[in-house]
Amino acid sequence: MIHVQNLVKTFAAFTAVNDVSFDVAEGEIFAFLGPNGAGKTTTIKMLTTLLQPTSGSIRLDGLDPLTHQNQARQRFGIVFQDPSLDSELTAKENMEIHGVLYHVPHKVRKQRTEELLKLFELWERRDDQVKKFSGGMKRRLEIARGFLHTPRILFLDEPTLGLDPQSRNQLWTHVKKVNEAERVTVFLTTHYMDEADRVAHRIGVIDHGKLVAQGTPREIKDNTGTETLEDAFLKLTGSTIRDESADPAATMRQFAKMWRGGGR
Amino acid sequence: MNTIYILWLRELKRYTRSRSQIIASLGQPLLYLVALGFGLGPVFKRAGAGNYLQFVAPGVIGMSVLFSSIFSGLGLLWDRQFGFLKETLVAPVSRIQIMIGRTLGGSTVAVMQGLLVTVICLLAGFRPAHLAMVPLALVFMVMIALLFAALGMAIGSGLEDMQGFQLIMNFLVMPIFFLSGALFPLNGLPVILGYVTKADPLSYGIDGMRNVLLGHSAFDPRLDFAVLAVLACVLLVFGAHRFNKIEI
Repeated sequence: MIHVQNLVKTFAAFTAVNDVSFDVAEGEIFAFLGPNGAGKTTTIKMLTTLLQPTSGSIRLDGLDPLTHQNQARQRFGIVFQDPSLDSELTAKENMEIHGVLYHVPHKVRKQRTEELLKLFELWERRDDQVKKFSGGMKRRLEIARGFLHTPRILFLDEPTLGLDPQSRNQLWTHVKKVNEAERVTVFLTTHYMDEADRVAHRIGVIDHGKLVAQGTPREIKDNTGTETLEDAFLKLTGSTIRDESADPAATMRQFAKMWRGGGR
Repeated sequence: MNTIYILWLRELKRYTRSRSQIIASLGQPLLYLVALGFGLGPVFKRAGAGNYLQFVAPGVIGMSVLFSSIFSGLGLLWDRQFGFLKETLVAPVSRIQIMIGRTLGGSTVAVMQGLLVTVICLLAGFRPAHLAMVPLALVFMVMIALLFAALGMAIGSGLEDMQGFQLIMNFLVMPIFFLSGALFPLNGLPVILGYVTKADPLSYGIDGMRNVLLGHSAFDPRLDFAVLAVLACVLLVFGAHRFNKIEI
């Protein structure tokens, strides 16, 4: 479903993604793990047509996102690291706009909106403005919205960041449900190793732009001779702390935190 | 078409829902109208230039349209990182449709804001020379709104952080307002200031409104119209070009 070969992305003198190749099968849940600044988000951006690769090739459901941009976009949904809902609008209105942007016919849109909002336990609050939602509810709505146009692939970039264990647990239960019911391929990144261990069928570990390990959680633990995925991860990527330089986005995130009092 | 409509509708919904924000945004024009309109009135009269409230009202209306429209575009800065923009940019629709929907939405909101301020001006004692000409003032409001929404979009597409926003605010938006003749007559200015005001697009918008509302102005109204129309077209194309280049 996702086929990536020799993918490279360089920014000036810095190589963010360095010769990465992997495949994700249909219906698989694939976790893409790595320390801060390892190249996770850059890879997701290239997979989702937001960034042009320097070299290498990508196929999504057999389509090249560079030459068939809109057809490729129609086939995936994405939940970004930073929120992308319109908080002045209601849950239903956010779904509606998404439906229009993805050319979902009116009838299907209504029916699927109801199904998904019920599944993600938001139907009762459908006519409330999103700004009144908790962080977990907003996340659930974003994921429900990502499923609205029946994508073949769903990208989740750190979807559980800042959520409490209950919300995280509930969120993955829902994602798994849709993954099984509709055979949607899920490509996710997270910093919570226990999550990846529990949810993902297969895992790729990236560090300094290079893919350093690939396989099922079991295989990765066995190959590194460790008990937990967290230990395996530390063994693979070392224990030095990666300080991300303060790019504009990081500065803005800090502003946002100040203004909104922390919660996402 | 649907894409443009739904994005236009979104801007409208956002505007009509934030009542407190609407009221807050009326505070500044009201202050200009009351403090300057009544405060400078006596001096203006003594100078033999007539009623200052009458004179300044089109300027205050123009100001509110300017601020509202240019901010709709500059809001891209925020929207890009934490808002809805990303959602639209990965959707299978063309960027030009997104840009048009947003710009039309932002301009519509700016015109509504301008109409609200017009009502406040009327309540404060502003009397247009001919009521029949008021719809023509609307034409000028629409052109000011489109022009500056497009300019805001062009600038907002390239803004990276809050400092850039402050810079634009202090060195572009405020000068456009203060040097437009919104607050003072454009005739008989010192030479350099005269040139500067002639280079300010808002001058033509406010002059045009003054012409249709009060029946006197510094420029030929046909010139006002032509300058605004040409500039709005140029900026819409430029804004679309810049919007196309956004990377997130």
